[in-house]
Amino acid sequence: MPPLLEVRGLRCHFPVGGDFLGRAPQSVKAVDGVDVSIFKGEALGLVGESGCGKTTMGRNVVRLDEPTEGEILFEGTNIANLREHELRRFRREIQIIFQNPMSSLNPRMTVGNMLMEPLRLHRIGDRAACQRRVQELLDLVGLKSEHRDRYPHEFSGGQRQRIGIARALALNPKLVVCDEPVSALDVSIQSQIINLLMDLQDELGLSYLFISHDLSIVEHMCDRVAVMYLGRIVEIAPTEDLYRRRLHPYTNALLSAVPVPDPTIESEEIILEGGVPSPIDPPPGCHFSTRCPFVTEACSAQTPELVERHPGHWVRCIRIDEIT
Amino acid sequence: MPTSPAPTDGHPVSSPHAPAGAFAEEIGRSVLTVKGLTTELRVEGGPIQAVKDVSFDLRAGETLGIVGESGCGKSMTALSIMGLLPRPIGKIVTGSIMLEDVGDLAQLPEARMKAVRGDDVSMIFQEPMTSLNPVFTVGFQICEAIQTHRPVGRTAARAKAVEMLDLVGIPLPELRFDSYPHQLSGGMRQRVMIAMALACEPKIMLADEPTTALDVTIQAQILNLMNRLKRETGTSILLITHDLGVIAKMAQRVLVMYAGVVVEEAPVRSLFGQPLHPYTVGLLKSMPSANRRSGPRQRLHTIQGVVPSLNALPRGCRYSDRCPDVHDRCRQAEPPLAAPDDAGDTATARKVRCWLHCKT
Repeated sequence: MPPLLEVRGLRCHFPVGGDFLGRAPQSVKAVDGVDVSIFKGEALGLVGESGCGKTTMGRNVVRLDEPTEGEILFEGTNIANLREHELRRFRREIQIIFQNPMSSLNPRMTVGNMLMEPLRLHRIGDRAACQRRVQELLDLVGLKSEHRDRYPHEFSGGQRQRIGIARALALNPKLVVCDEPVSALDVSIQSQIINLLMDLQDELGLSYLFISHDLSIVEHMCDRVAVMYLGRIVEIAPTEDLYRRRLHPYTNALLSAVPVPDPTIESEEIILEGGVPSPIDPPPGCHFSTRCPFVTEACSAQTPELVERHPGHWVRCIRIDEIT
Repeated sequence: MPTSPAPTDGHPVSSPHAPAGAFAEEIGRSVLTVKGLTTELRVEGGPIQAVKDVSFDLRAGETLGIVGESGCGKSMTALSIMGLLPRPIGKIVTGSIMLEDVGDLAQLPEARMKAVRGDDVSMIFQEPMTSLNPVFTVGFQICEAIQTHRPVGRTAARAKAVEMLDLVGIPLPELRFDSYPHQLSGGMRQRVMIAMALACEPKIMLADEPTTALDVTIQAQILNLMNRLKRETGTSILLITHDLGVIAKMAQRVLVMYAGVVVEEAPVRSLFGQPLHPYTVGLLKSMPSANRRSGPRQRLHTIQGVVPSLNALPRGCRYSDRCPDVHDRCRQAEPPLAAPDDAGDTATARKVRCWLHCKT
């Protein structure tokens, strides 16, 4: 079965500095050669630390940021370079849920109008049909009909995220990019929203690109997980496989650094030295070489490729045979 | 190295290899004693009690965690201790905050409080970028903190500041002394905040979500740093966080707060091993990692409803409208925070605010 979404050699570089002619001497290499696929009905987790490019990658897929290079194949059509009017029919199919619902919802629009807008823009049904659809959406995400005429500030954080989800689902998308959808929420509300996202996925057959820095949520929700570091995927594997036998030294350090909510467990964490290098000038060769405990000279000499170590388990490290 | 002598009450503050729980049961000397603290915020629609009748001890060399969701009063408790409540709307109504060798912080005039703040007690915040001044070098800001409280000259202050930067693990401290906050990464900025907070060797350090804005690998660095410094300096830490993982790693004892009140107090192992209050039980169960055994993609446990607004609290127990174990008594009267009558031999170190565990 061909994948629903296939990303090939995706790069997204943002110019920085620049002289008065707009010539930029440098660029932030936010996404620097990403290949990944998402299959129908699948939830792919994308994890990594801030600045690793996971959000940019998500925004590229929705075409909110323009990719610099590479292909984004959605059901076989490359949408990476489509112009706005050609892109329109794909906009319905790929939607996004943002991290902070307060800043992504228009404070001057009622919930009803907010949900109506995509239907109107894409000319779906008459007024009555739109009204019915709005009601349907409210039911779907667990809001009440009286919420229709209220404004975002009248809701709690969890309810606002429900509105954000309803808006993303208005046009019946096939793929939803979830960019840190529960990071701004309290623990007790987080679990409500995660349950909702899982229910919707089963009910509507959605595929998710689930971007998060919270590794335990990704472990719970996703079928496969990709770990990003400085613009590249360093490891990708089925969830259980990744969490049970992590191969890449960065994945290992990342997972070991998560504090376990169990005081009886003495965690053996691997403390990485220093911080993530600047994506303007990433280290040559392997991007992780400056912080890797297993680094050798060869690591900065060549850019490692993703290789398949076990079925479906890919890792980007030249010393993988020696260190695992 | 600022190695203020370890407390001399005969109890080891902590040894590098002692498991976290080992000295939790030990009765240390209390450095900070908060009794019946109630803090009001005068907001539109009348005053609300953001903190209601909160009492606890912070003992020498321990990390006491306060955990709870947004609006539960954990930050307001810290700001009450620091005398940094938002003016003019915030006010301590009743209660005392006794700091060892200093007195009741709640009664201290502002001029005295200024001398205490940064010297005997200090605080680090969630977002170091907003708590550092962007137009001064970090070195200048640390020196300022030192010279405010200590009669030292510029050279001595500078030497101390460089020493502190070195202590918190900033490479090339001599060079970094002249950096501006924007030239440092988030993790480095938080290290600078910690250096500044510890420069005068405070008795207690309040840390309000110190790693929430940081990435996990950087969070691990900062948490380890805080643990190391606590061992080396003997400073007690009041750690405020919403992250139960951080609590499990750092704290010896924990207060759980909900809607302005403490609902449970327990040594960390008892809290995670045998939570008593239905809210604590619900919180622990709703974490994805707690559902690992039931397998992936199972529905998570949820706490129904939302935290009540502080000006529309339910009658009786504040958790009664969300509690799965609610019964009539809960809706009539608010339970006291008392030793549980059903926790066996762990009961002495614990307190819980729930009728289910305090039948009398």
